[in-house]
Amino acid sequence: MPAVRVFVTLKPSLLDSAGRTVAGSLQHLGFDEVQDARIGKVIHLQMETVDEARVQEMCKKLLANTVIEDFQYEVIG
Amino acid sequence: MKVAVLQFPGSNCDQDALKSLREDVGVSAEYVWHDESSLNGFDAVFIPGGFTYGDYLRCGAIASRSAIMQEAIRFASEGRPVIGACNGFQILAESGLLPGALLRNKNQKFICEDVFLAAGTRRSMWTQGVDRVIRIPIAHGEGRYFIDEDGLKSIQDNEQIAFRYVNAQGSAIVEANVNGSLDNIAGVINKEGNVLGLMPHPERATKALLGGTDGMLIMNALTLVNA
Repeated sequence: MPAVRVFVTLKPSLLDSAGRTVAGSLQHLGFDEVQDARIGKVIHLQMETVDEARVQEMCKKLLANTVIEDFQYEVIG
Repeated sequence: MKVAVLQFPGSNCDQDALKSLREDVGVSAEYVWHDESSLNGFDAVFIPGGFTYGDYLRCGAIASRSAIMQEAIRFASEGRPVIGACNGFQILAESGLLPGALLRNKNQKFICEDVFLAAGTRRSMWTQGVDRVIRIPIAHGEGRYFIDEDGLKSIQDNEQIAFRYVNAQGSAIVEANVNGSLDNIAGVINKEGNVLGLMPHPERATKALLGGTDGMLIMNALTLVNA
């Protein structure tokens, strides 16, 4: 059965306040090499069939808000 | 004059809105469940706050795709009044009825306090009565307004900034910008001015008993609608 893995991330120009907090915590634990952290979402879709045009449509219509987010996806299997 | 108060799974300011509308604003109001597809018989829509669908995916994202919101979009296109407060604003932004989006507060905190607001424009049904700085409560974790550069210019040029966070004297200074919103924006209207979304809760400020009545300056707009 094919699947699609969708990655949704805040646009790079936007402050990711949750990500910044995570980066701060990593630094606090001694991981000084961490410069920044950005938190995104992974949405795993189990599919009957994969039509990439429809996947794009799903991303634009619901999975990502393109005012603030970028999306990427990969087809698996 | 009859206002539809939309209810979604996870709405939690619906009762406040209904009581404020009935008892303080003095208009009739009824709940409308999210899977209804008609607003027949209603003259205005109030989208209350809450955590619709658990804020899954993004705040307001799932609710904005519901049946009643498709009807609310049609209703708004006829120039009829729609207001969304807090999660209601997030739903309106997600639905495309209002420009921009709401992000996690800059300081990562859920902020529950009174703020001062000033109208960015008086040229809309929702803001015409706001002739001074008003004090209204906020209660949100994701209220940082964002829009891209072209979008910001467009809402500035079209006078779509309904409210800004200000200090008590009415200045939109950085210290008054409680959640880190772009341009201190607390609320926006659509181009036509009949749809308002704002993070503060005017329905929680219509009774002296609850700490203030400044919300009436916004809510009173509903009494001026020709129904």
